[in-house]
Amino acid sequence: MKQNKEPLVHLVKRDNVAPWKPWVIRAATILGGLIFICLLCFAELKVSPFKVIKYMFTGAFGNEHNVLVMFRQMSLLLIIALAITPAFKMRFWNIGAEGQVLIGAFGACACMFYCGGKMSDAGLIVLMLVVAIAAGMIWAVIPALFKAKWNTNETLFTLMMNYIALQIVLYFIKVWVPGGTGSLNPIKYGNLPQIAGGDYYFSMIFAAIITVAMFCYLRFSKHGYEITVVGESVNTAKYIGINVKKVIIRTLILSGAICGIAGFLIVAGIDHTISKDTVGGQGFTAVLVSWLAQFNPIAMIFTSFLVAFLTRGTQEVMTSSGITNNFFAQVVTGIMFIIILASEFLIRYQIVFRKKHKDEIGGNDTESAEDSKTEIETENVNDEQIETAQAEEPIAQNVEVATEKGVN
Amino acid sequence: MFVKFLTSAIRLSAVFLYGSTGEIIVEKGGHLNLGIPGIMSVSAAVSVLAEYSLIKSMGTSAPALLVLIPIIVAFLVGALMGFLYSFLTVTLRCNQNVVGLAMTTLGVGLAGYYMTGAGAKIMIVARASKYFVKLFDVSGGGAFSQIFFSHGILVYLAIIIAVIAQIVLSKTRTGLNLRAVGENPATADAAGINVSKYKYVSTCVGCGISGLGGLFCVMDYMGGNWEYVLEGFGWLSIALVIFTLWKPALSILGSIIFAGLYIASSYIEGISFAQIELIKLLPYVVTILVLVITSMINKRETQAPAALGQSYYREDR
Repeated sequence: MKQNKEPLVHLVKRDNVAPWKPWVIRAATILGGLIFICLLCFAELKVSPFKVIKYMFTGAFGNEHNVLVMFRQMSLLLIIALAITPAFKMRFWNIGAEGQVLIGAFGACACMFYCGGKMSDAGLIVLMLVVAIAAGMIWAVIPALFKAKWNTNETLFTLMMNYIALQIVLYFIKVWVPGGTGSLNPIKYGNLPQIAGGDYYFSMIFAAIITVAMFCYLRFSKHGYEITVVGESVNTAKYIGINVKKVIIRTLILSGAICGIAGFLIVAGIDHTISKDTVGGQGFTAVLVSWLAQFNPIAMIFTSFLVAFLTRGTQEVMTSSGITNNFFAQVVTGIMFIIILASEFLIRYQIVFRKKHKDEIGGNDTESAEDSKTEIETENVNDEQIETAQAEEPIAQNVEVATEKGVN
Repeated sequence: MFVKFLTSAIRLSAVFLYGSTGEIIVEKGGHLNLGIPGIMSVSAAVSVLAEYSLIKSMGTSAPALLVLIPIIVAFLVGALMGFLYSFLTVTLRCNQNVVGLAMTTLGVGLAGYYMTGAGAKIMIVARASKYFVKLFDVSGGGAFSQIFFSHGILVYLAIIIAVIAQIVLSKTRTGLNLRAVGENPATADAAGINVSKYKYVSTCVGCGISGLGGLFCVMDYMGGNWEYVLEGFGWLSIALVIFTLWKPALSILGSIIFAGLYIASSYIEGISFAQIELIKLLPYVVTILVLVITSMINKRETQAPAALGQSYYREDR
């Protein structure tokens, strides 16, 4: 009989980790990632690591304009990340934020185009906000309805919705600008007023309000509790009488509405026009931002800051070294995310190496006896898994059927 | 007109076919890889650069090598990205959606970074494009040979790979084991299947095949040009997986339909520029319809692998 050796490394899930520990690991990883990126810049661009650090900081904090631009970018990213957070917490993998923001922006822009000059600016801005929110809501609630009714895969559905939104926007740009360059000039109606001489602050104000509101919503409200339960276990949620379908639809309405606000802020506050790059992949980046913060709105402030800092910083590194290539920022963000994702493993699991038996146990017989013992044990574990898996399923189904009947 | 339309549809279909066949193999192992757009882009970029240095060093004297080596490079680069993806999701058990999106960010960024300002290189590479575009000489043939035999080697390779993938997945023990891993890794593990090995190999092979799509797009479809269309093609390939109900053989037909919808706008007369954008919307709408209908029918055969998107940890219960 073939004797199975105990594997060299073995993974154990960590329980009861002190709450500060993961954050220490994450901070260390980010530091390590930054060092890696500096070395990468050195290898690729021949810029010395110290200069890279210097450029990164000047890019992010160099002057008032840079700081404000970075914080504006961070605020928008934060708003979108907050928007998808309740859905993600519920394990509803909404990767459609890109489309939801874009359709919100489109709604706002359509109001500017059709109603601009025909009504007062204040009224127009309110109308834009309402339409943007409604558009974002509709875009998010369509996949949610199908998910709730027929359990349609939401990841793929929301992904497709992104592209439908994009094509609709491209269609209307061409309708609005017939035969032209294919880009819509900024519209001068319905622009948000500038605060302190810049278009930076509205996004920040909205981001601050939404962060606090989302934190309270998830932490203290009954809705937040229901979202958490649905995320942990749908069957438990059904068992304790939560209407899962209602929670899914309600959460996605909220999610889409906030995406709509983000779209409104981009159009009314910053761009005053719309193009296919209006959202520019921020909907996808927001997924990473939200996930890295472990769906905690307060932690999201830091993760969105990190991304904004990296993007602005690398752009500065590129311009300072005379290379006009805006893809490098994307590479850096991607690498940073992969490094941080990998570090999550160290937080959740512990690596245990095979212990040496030879010093403790003398004879060969006892060793092999122990080996076979462990083998039997693992077999038992496997059997147990199968049994529980088999046993659990019918029960779960029964519960499902029962609650379904109760609901109907 | 129709012959021309069908010929171009079949030609473009190869990029979707590579992407979707690769993604089907990955998904059968229980991994939803949203990194396909990035993998395709980076494979295309690296294989084009390899082609460039090849032409630089040996000229265009050996066409066979100029075709073969980029194919191998594209596959290996895709497989390497797949290895990174599977290391993160299988060994480190990271969230697959998030890793996939990060891979797309990284891949599209890398490809863009290396191809920006590489115009001169691309001009040289374009010389080798003619070896990719045509395999048989059909100048004297009729409509039938136009439609089916006027394509480049990569189009036929895509169809061959899809057929082999279908046979392996549905007729062999390896395929059965792989499907078991994707449906229920715990049961597969209990049956003595090495779950991690299957996941690793299927992801690497699948991503490698997707990488070929990137090469095809640049060398054949674009005729040796570089344009930023691969990301969109990658997402459409992922959509196609749903459209074809996780069957590579159906994907041959599905990708032709998708390609047809994609290019339809240039073959409809009296259409405005704006309406072209609306026609390009069709593949996505069709995919959503298929997604909804299959979920309404709710039959086992038409569903995604049951453990799709979930990490497997043996000691979890």
